[in-house]
Amino acid sequence: MKKVNFIHLRSKLPLLLLVFLLTFSTTIYSQDTPADVASAAEAVAAPADAGGDVAAGESLFKANCAACHKLDAKAVGPALRNVADKYDRDWLYKWIHNSSALIASGDPTAVKIFEENNKTVMTAFPALSETDIDNILAYTSQPKAEPTAAVAAPADGGGQNTGGGVSNSLVLGALALIFLLLVIMLFLVTNTLKRIAEANGVVYEEKEKRTPIWKAFVQNQFLVLVFSIFLILAAGYFAYGYMMQVGVDQGYAPVQPIHYSHKIHAGDNQIDCNYCHSSARKSKHSGIPSLNVCMNCHKNIAEVAPETATPEYSKEFYDGEIAKLYKAVGWDAANQQYTGKTEPVKWVRIHNLPDFVYFNHSQHVTVAGVACQTCHGEIQTMEVVEQFAPLTMGWCINCHRTTNVNLENNEYYAKIHEELSKKYGVEKLTIAEMGGLECGKCHY
Amino acid sequence: MASNKKYWKSVEELNEDSPIVKALQDNEFVTEIPTDEFLGNKSALESSSTTRRDFLKYVGFTTAAATLAACEGPVVKSIPYVVQPDEIVPGIANYYASTMADGFDFANILVKTREGRPIKIERNDLAVNGGSVNARVHASVLSLYDKNRLTGPMVDGAEVSWPEFDTAVAQKMNEMVGKDVVLLTQTFASPSTSKLISEFTSKYPNIRHVVYDTVSCSGALDAFQNKYGTRALPDYDFSKAEVIVSVGADFLGDWQGGSYSKGYAQGRVPKNGKMSRHIQFEANLTLTGAKADKRVRATPSQQLEILKALTGGSASGLPENIADAVNKAKAQLQKTGGKALLITSLPDLASQTMALNFNAGSEAIDVNKPLLTRQGSNTEVMNVINGVVSGSVKGLITVGVDPVYSFPNSKEFTEGYKKLEMTLAFAMKQDATASLAKMVAATPHYLESWGDAQIKKGTYSLAQPTIRPLFNTRQFQDSILQWTGNSKKYYDYIKENWTTSMLAGGSWNQALHDGFIASDVEMVMEEVNSAAEGTGMMEESTSNGALSAFMQEGGYDLTLYTSTGLGDGQQANNPWLQEFPDPITRASWDNYLTVSAADAEALDLENTHVSNGALNGSYVNVKMGNVVVENIPVIIQPGQAKGSVGLALGYGNTAVGIQKEMQTGVNAYPLYQNFSNIQKVSIEKASGMHEFACVQLQSTMAGRSDDIIKETTLEIFNTKDKEYWNSVPVTDYDHNEISVRDKKADIWSPFDETVGPHFNLSIDLNACTGCGACVIACHAENNVPVVGKEEVRKFRDMHWLRIDRYYSAGESFKEEIETLENLPAFDSYKVVEVPAYENPEVAFQPVMCQHCNHAPCETVCPVAATSHGRQGQNQMAYNRCVGTRYCANNCPYKVRRFNWFLYNENDEFDYNMNNDLGRMVLNPDVVVRSRGVMEKCSMCIQLTQKTILDAKRDGRAIKDGEFHTACSSACETGAMVFGDVNDKESEVAKMKEDKRMYHLLENVGTKPNVFYHAMIKNTTEV
Repeated sequence: MKKVNFIHLRSKLPLLLLVFLLTFSTTIYSQDTPADVASAAEAVAAPADAGGDVAAGESLFKANCAACHKLDAKAVGPALRNVADKYDRDWLYKWIHNSSALIASGDPTAVKIFEENNKTVMTAFPALSETDIDNILAYTSQPKAEPTAAVAAPADGGGQNTGGGVSNSLVLGALALIFLLLVIMLFLVTNTLKRIAEANGVVYEEKEKRTPIWKAFVQNQFLVLVFSIFLILAAGYFAYGYMMQVGVDQGYAPVQPIHYSHKIHAGDNQIDCNYCHSSARKSKHSGIPSLNVCMNCHKNIAEVAPETATPEYSKEFYDGEIAKLYKAVGWDAANQQYTGKTEPVKWVRIHNLPDFVYFNHSQHVTVAGVACQTCHGEIQTMEVVEQFAPLTMGWCINCHRTTNVNLENNEYYAKIHEELSKKYGVEKLTIAEMGGLECGKCHY
Repeated sequence: MASNKKYWKSVEELNEDSPIVKALQDNEFVTEIPTDEFLGNKSALESSSTTRRDFLKYVGFTTAAATLAACEGPVVKSIPYVVQPDEIVPGIANYYASTMADGFDFANILVKTREGRPIKIERNDLAVNGGSVNARVHASVLSLYDKNRLTGPMVDGAEVSWPEFDTAVAQKMNEMVGKDVVLLTQTFASPSTSKLISEFTSKYPNIRHVVYDTVSCSGALDAFQNKYGTRALPDYDFSKAEVIVSVGADFLGDWQGGSYSKGYAQGRVPKNGKMSRHIQFEANLTLTGAKADKRVRATPSQQLEILKALTGGSASGLPENIADAVNKAKAQLQKTGGKALLITSLPDLASQTMALNFNAGSEAIDVNKPLLTRQGSNTEVMNVINGVVSGSVKGLITVGVDPVYSFPNSKEFTEGYKKLEMTLAFAMKQDATASLAKMVAATPHYLESWGDAQIKKGTYSLAQPTIRPLFNTRQFQDSILQWTGNSKKYYDYIKENWTTSMLAGGSWNQALHDGFIASDVEMVMEEVNSAAEGTGMMEESTSNGALSAFMQEGGYDLTLYTSTGLGDGQQANNPWLQEFPDPITRASWDNYLTVSAADAEALDLENTHVSNGALNGSYVNVKMGNVVVENIPVIIQPGQAKGSVGLALGYGNTAVGIQKEMQTGVNAYPLYQNFSNIQKVSIEKASGMHEFACVQLQSTMAGRSDDIIKETTLEIFNTKDKEYWNSVPVTDYDHNEISVRDKKADIWSPFDETVGPHFNLSIDLNACTGCGACVIACHAENNVPVVGKEEVRKFRDMHWLRIDRYYSAGESFKEEIETLENLPAFDSYKVVEVPAYENPEVAFQPVMCQHCNHAPCETVCPVAATSHGRQGQNQMAYNRCVGTRYCANNCPYKVRRFNWFLYNENDEFDYNMNNDLGRMVLNPDVVVRSRGVMEKCSMCIQLTQKTILDAKRDGRAIKDGEFHTACSSACETGAMVFGDVNDKESEVAKMKEDKRMYHLLENVGTKPNVFYHAMIKNTTEV
């Protein structure tokens, strides 16, 4: 009778497991919903327009004003939200069309604003029509979008999950647990079967006493020899493999003093690598941009847009990192001026070539036209930069062996190309054929 | 013919049986690694607490520990600028034109900076009349990073701030009103400083300005002033001189400021079968004497007679050989007329006037635009000394000079100096004067300062800072501006001065970019001395007395000179210069008394070589009246005039600011009485032997003697076939003789050298004066370590480029060799005394890696660390080298240097690479080698690669003259020409086709990419 019970158990188990699995799988997808909710809420939050086209105003604002003005914070110029309520509309037209003239005319309001803003002259926009200005003012008159929905949504799903990485490990953990259960169950089953057999009076035959397999193995010298050779070879193989990765820091992604995201800059905003790493075109060093280069943009970008925030890194986190930059460069964001107190940023160098290797960026970037990504990987997708290539000599050499020299339109190669192609009867030449494998080209 | 001559580097080599010479020919390092010392002594081994087991444990542990330590890479920080200066791109060098004017060396230079650090001095090719960029100027960049520099102003030994210092000075100045204060300075030759000092002295009338040249040119200045009215030195253009007769003047060295080698070399390279004729009468063997067509040994007292005879007197009183030479020289001078030049280094006014009058009609002398690099007057300086000693001078301000060290009667002077009411020293380091001065103003290095100079009349040079001051220093001129109540900075002062006068409407920025400007606008230079005397004739002053005393019989004639390395001794703290082997004696880290072999024998002085080939020498005490200089080591110098001795100034500075290791040699300034470079002394032997760091027996090319130096006479060169005087060696092939350049003589398959550039270096032995600028330039460019005296003594110097100096006997050699062979072995040393050996001919040969196309080193390297490049460079991968030294053993030229120790960050080698400051001079493009690897000349591959890369980036072909190496661009005489021989139009390709071209040890078949031009001497007599 007992047997039947177990049969039931077996048939139920897969079902049970399925249920167990599904409980987790539902949670995996639950995180997508709040985002949809948030965007919907944003769309709703945009109120109807009063005296102009808000959408046109927004694009005009971004094209003309955003370099110096923000809606809610002081930048080079003052914050502009509800500026239309503060001043007379005609006065605003005049101001925007030519503020200097207005100041020169001795208009008290204009002079006051001019002095409040460190006597920075605002660019004149004579090209903007009054309708354009109306549109812009309409945009600036939008009430501040309260991030109610955006805040509410994470609150909904927040308790249940904390991101994809965690749920993956949960699945894995669950699987492991199931396997453990299975093993325990199997053990129980055999035990029960054994007890049943004993109870039924089945007698096991005593097995003939044979030489244990390990003893037989030890006695067979040939096998031992083959096995040891295999063992040594295998050990050698793995030892070699291990040794060869010593000093190879592929995947090295150290924590940097400022969390700088290449994904946001090079990926999302598509800033050219050479904008910051400008010396890569002309020098051996790609150069880590000095902080004044950061300030070219960040003088006006004190905070990230809410969309920039990811589940891993919140907006507050990114804003905090920009604050670190301001501290290092000595920028007083509140008063929009440099304090003069600077502290250099000590970046952790990721790509370290040994001292005895000479590598020149300009040779590769400018002369050969190699894309940065070839050696540095998909840098525009890296939130945290890691070493993509192994940077071993073999890696360099392989590329030099297989890559053709970019001979076109380069007067330097004209004569060499002619001579070499005559000699070898080929049109294209690899770097190796040009002498790019010689020790002295990189080691001196 | 060349092959008939025997060349030798050391007297020791003439001793046929010398075991050391034999051993050195066989082995580069004659001493075995002393395994017996630590394994042979059984009892010591047994008593050692380390057993074999322990030893293995340690080995095991260290290996494991090293492996573990290697697993974790260090975290490397990269720190960018906060605000990057516009002109700085990391990894790209910036060049600034500047001027060095330290009172001894004056030169227009280019300063190479990387990331804001000056790392190398180059020649400024734009500049004409810009002085000479010699070895000391090249090395001066290291003096900037001297860790012994003063870090701030001091009052009574305590560091103070500048405002405090200014208050202290002002207070003192007020106390000193009405009392005689002397402002003792170097020669600035600076129009702005000159103007500034006159403003200063007019504000403080009790201060008078006296110029003091550590090594005096007073006689020549007086002579010129008498004749032409300006206190200056005539400029000579040796390229225009067809006959040059020099009586003691080492014009390729530091005579009257030097800077003549370029013009000289131009006239010495045979063109259209013509070259200048150079006759030298001298006591010491100098660089100039070494290059002379005819060198006649004459003691200083004889030199005076010679000069008189040459300028019209009779040569009857002179020894026969000298009289003969004088008459011939005289005939030649007269025949050449306007293209002849007679110069002398005799310090007295009469001699200088004689030479000046003789040259008056010569085309080669320029008296309209004379040199202003020396201004000092012996009389004035003697007055100061006497004033300080007697107490009539109450205060002394010193600028750029170190009188406590360099005044001849330093003892009395020091006593007087200590008693002075006001002592103020402007100094860069804690030198002898600064250690005694009550107030010390720390001055910046010239690479941190603004300045201007008028080296030659009508040519104005600018000096600009190339780095922010490393320490809390303020330059002399800024201090003076401050004290005269002028709120301007010196920069503004110069700029104003220039814009109002010599720029004459020209661009300041352009002048600053070029580093100099040629302008005829007269700048009113402060008339330093003789102002009181007005236009009156300069009287023969102190030196006359010295010279008349000099004519007495007995004793030895001492000629004081400045060494090529250290000059007047200002840069004594510079390890590059200390380790620079003297071009003649090949000794480094020392000065010494050079004596002739005959005198050495008479005085029982000896030079011996110890078992590893290192040189030892006896000590002597030199006496002159009351002055005794003790324990001067002796070098027996072939070519030294009998009865004369020589000693270099500038050594033996033991001031606090001089690092212990650099306090080398003996101070010869006490013998520089009356600022006369010739003195009468007596010599007595002292006990003990001195250990020299002399490399003259080293690198012997394994005993091979053919095809090293080739030389011939102008006559043979013009009349005979090339095969006669520059034959290509032959070898046996199929029972026939074939040239080694024949393909059949080659067992190697050739490299493909036809595509792309193929580098060759041409060295003209006629133009090379042995000045050593290339050696220091190589040091700076390639991060060559300094190893110190002890290591040089063991022949472990690291110079990638050495200048071999060979002696050879004259024409009478054949006879002599027969005599030599017929003599019993032990007598051969005495045979050295035959005239030809007493007065050898000298050849300089720069030797660096020859970059053989069939390199013997490449084939023996077990790890392929050294390999051949298609561009002709023999490449050395340091990280691959395991240090077997097979390559060095197999190198026929002995140019490979082995890192016996870790020379950086090692307290045992406390030179520039052992401190952060000194390491700032390192070239970031060249790796610093570690212990246990072989290194050698790379033919500056970092520079050739840079040139190629620049061309690639610009997309253009490379023009001739773009490629250069550190040595070739440092070479002022044009002896070294570097370039691409695949470019058939290039200068170096033409040089290679020249009939003077030969390869070093060509019979070995190495096919070097360095080639030499045979030396031609103009032996034509009238």
